[in-house]
Amino acid sequence: MKKKLFAALMAMVMVLSLAACGGGNNDAGGDSGDSSDGGSGGAAFKIGTIGPLTGDYAIYGKAVANGAKIAVDEINAAGGDIRFEFQSEDDMGDGETSVNAYNNLMDWGMQLLVGPTTTGASIAVAAKAFEERTFMLTPSGSSVDIVIDSNTGANRDNVFQVCFTDPNQGTGSADYIAENYPDAKVAVIYQNDNAYSQGIRDTFVSEAAVKGVNIVDEETFTTDTQTNFSVQLTAVQSAGADLVFLPIYYQPASVILTQANQMGYAPTFFGVDGMDGILTMEGFDPALAEGVMLLTPFSADAEDERTQNFVKTYQAAYGELPNQFAADAYDGVYIVKAALEAAGCTSDMSSTDLCEAVTAVMTSLSVDGLTGQGMTWAEDGQVSKAPMAVVIQDGVYVTP
Amino acid sequence: MKRLKKHTRTDLITYLGVAAAFLAISALRNNGALSRSLTGQLVPICCYMSMAVSLNLTVGILGELSLGHAGFMSVGAFSGIVAAMSLQTAVPFVPLRLAIAMAVGAAAAAIAGAVVGMPVLRLRGDYLAIVTLAFGEIIKELINCLLVGYDAKGLHVVFNLTGGKTVEDLRLGEGGVALIKGAQGATATATIATFTAGFVLVMITLAVVLNLKHSRAGRAVMALRDNAIAAESIGLNVTKYKMMAFVTSAALAGAAGALYGLNFSSLQATKFNFNTSILILVFVVLGGLGNIWGSLIAAAALTVLPELLRAFSDYRMLVYAIVLILVMLATNNAGFTAFLRRFLRWPGRSTGKEAA
Repeated sequence: MKKKLFAALMAMVMVLSLAACGGGNNDAGGDSGDSSDGGSGGAAFKIGTIGPLTGDYAIYGKAVANGAKIAVDEINAAGGDIRFEFQSEDDMGDGETSVNAYNNLMDWGMQLLVGPTTTGASIAVAAKAFEERTFMLTPSGSSVDIVIDSNTGANRDNVFQVCFTDPNQGTGSADYIAENYPDAKVAVIYQNDNAYSQGIRDTFVSEAAVKGVNIVDEETFTTDTQTNFSVQLTAVQSAGADLVFLPIYYQPASVILTQANQMGYAPTFFGVDGMDGILTMEGFDPALAEGVMLLTPFSADAEDERTQNFVKTYQAAYGELPNQFAADAYDGVYIVKAALEAAGCTSDMSSTDLCEAVTAVMTSLSVDGLTGQGMTWAEDGQVSKAPMAVVIQDGVYVTP
Repeated sequence: MKRLKKHTRTDLITYLGVAAAFLAISALRNNGALSRSLTGQLVPICCYMSMAVSLNLTVGILGELSLGHAGFMSVGAFSGIVAAMSLQTAVPFVPLRLAIAMAVGAAAAAIAGAVVGMPVLRLRGDYLAIVTLAFGEIIKELINCLLVGYDAKGLHVVFNLTGGKTVEDLRLGEGGVALIKGAQGATATATIATFTAGFVLVMITLAVVLNLKHSRAGRAVMALRDNAIAAESIGLNVTKYKMMAFVTSAALAGAAGALYGLNFSSLQATKFNFNTSILILVFVVLGGLGNIWGSLIAAAALTVLPELLRAFSDYRMLVYAIVLILVMLATNNAGFTAFLRRFLRWPGRSTGKEAA
C-alpha cells in the first residue's frame, strides 16, 4: 500500500516538474537563437544578447531581443562600414543559465555583448565578462553591483549600463516627490523577494529621510502573493497615505490599481520604470491607470521622429507597443555602433582587443537615443541621462 | 575481479569512472578542446552530481521522500558564501578557504537537517515529503529577510522581519562589504570554486554514501526501508538510523551548495525553489532509486542537455521534457528495452543488475 502511495506521489511530482519545465514556453515568440546575418559586404561584428525568452520574466527578455534585432536590421540595411551579426540566447532570468548562455555565445564567436536583461543574471555574467575581458553593455540590468564589484570595491571597467541604476531611480523618485508633493503622506508597497524592487525601495527610503518625505507605511509582497493586495491596500489606506510609491513591475501594479479602484481608494500612485508597459497589458483596463505618475526614460508616445519610426517598426514586426526594455536594447546596439566607430575598430579584431578599444572611448562618448539625449558614461559604467516624470492621461504619457 | 563481491566491484567501477572522467575532461580542457559552454558547466555539474547522490541516500536507500533538498543546498550555499567571504584576509590560501566554506556549509545544512528530521522522522508515513516541501519554502523566505555584512570588526547580521531594514542597518565600518542583501541575495561573491574542488566533492560524497550503504548502519537503514516493523522487532533504533541517513544527506547537500554558491558572483534565494528540488529528484528517479552511478550519469546528462538543445531555441525546454519521458520509458520498461535489444543486438544482460 505504502509503495503504491509512494509511486503515485512520485508520478504526481514528475508531472508537476514537467509542467513547470514546459510552462515557460506557452507564449514563446520565435526569436531566440535565430541570427540575422550582416549581409554580404565585408565581415560583420558578432554581437549577442541574453535575456529570459521563456519563463516568468519572458516579456522583458523578448522586448530586449526584439529591440536589439530592430536596431541591428536598421544598421545592416543602412549599409555603413559597421555591420552586425546578431544572436539572442535564453537565460530564463537565472544566473547559472545566463553564464551558460554567455559561454554559448562566446563559442559562437561573439565579440560584444548587449545584455543580459535581468539584474541578478547581469551580476553573474559581469564578473565573467570582466575576468575574460569581453565588452558588456547591459540594456536593463539596474543594480550598481553589475558595474562595481562590491567585494573589492573596484570598477568593472568594461561593463556599462543603458538604463538608470536602482539608486538613481530611488533617489530620483524621492527628490521628485519632495519637490512636487512636499506635504504628501507617502506609503510604499514593494516586492521584498525581488532584487530590483528591494533595491529601489532601499534608496528611496534613505533619500526620503534626507529630504524629509513623510513615509507613513510600508507594505511588502512576494512573487507567491502578488495576486491579492487587499491586506496591503487596507493597511495603506488606514495609515492615511495620499501618495503610494510602487517600485515594482507592472503586472502586480495592475492588480493593485484594480483592487484600489474596487475599494474606492484613490491616492496618487507613483511608479518607476518597471511600471512602463502597464497601458499595453492584456486584460487591464487602461482607464484604471489614469493619473498614475511614473519615472521613465522612454515613452512610446513621444513626438520625435526616431521614436515614432521605432514604434512603427516594432508594432509591424511584433504586433505590440515597445516598452522601455526594447528601447534600452535598441539604444544599446546604437551605443555599441557609436563606440566602435569612435574607436575605429574592425570586425577582425578579437573580443579582448575590441573590449580594450571600446572601453577606452566609452567615457568620452555622447549618444542621442530613444531613452535620452546626450547620454554619457562615468568611469564606473553608469549612464547619465535625465529621468523623465510623466503622468498617464487619457491612456497616454503626458509630461506634467 | 571475479573474486570481489558484486557491490564492491560496482563501487570500484563508479570511483574509477568518475576519476577517469575527471582526468579526461581536465586533459581536454588543458588542450583547449573543450567548448566554453561545457567548461562553464563543469562546477555546476559536480554540484548537481553530489546533490543527486546525497538525495539518493534519502530517497533510494532510506526510502523517505524529500521534496526540499534545494533548501539544504540553499543553507549550505549562503553559509558557505558568508564563511568564504569573511575569511578572505584570515585565510589567504584559496583552496583551504574553499574547503572551510564547504565544511561550514555542510555543518549548517546538517543542523538544518537535524532540526527538520528530529520531529518528523519519528513519524511513519509520508510526512517527511510535506515537511521538507515546507522547509524549502521557509528557507527561501528566511534568506530573503537576511542581511549579512562583514567589516574589520567581524560579521554583522540583521534579520529584516518587518521589511523595514536595509543594508545601512548593518552599520558596516570603513571597507565593510554587504555579503547577503536580503532579496538581492549575495552579489559580492569572489568566485573561488574550481573543477578540481568539484571532483573532490563528488569523490567524498561517493565515499560517504557508498561506505554508509555497505556498513552495518547502512544495512539497518535499508532494512527499515524494506520493512520498518520487522526491523524494529529485531531491536533496530528506527529514529536513530533514519536521522543518520537524513542528516548525512543534508550535510552533503550543504557542501555541494557552498561550492555552487562560490561559483557565481551573484546568487538569489529564489534559485533554490521547489523546481530545483524537483530537478534533483528527477536526477535520482531517472538514474534509478538506490542506484548511485545512475544518479551521477543522470545529473550530468540532464544538466548538459538544456544547453545542447539551444538549437531548438524557444522549444528547447519542451524537447527536454520529451527526451526525459523517452529516457524514462526506455530505462524502466522491460518490454521496450527487450525490443531495443533485439534490434541493436545488445549483449543480453540480466535485469535487476542495475539495482546493485
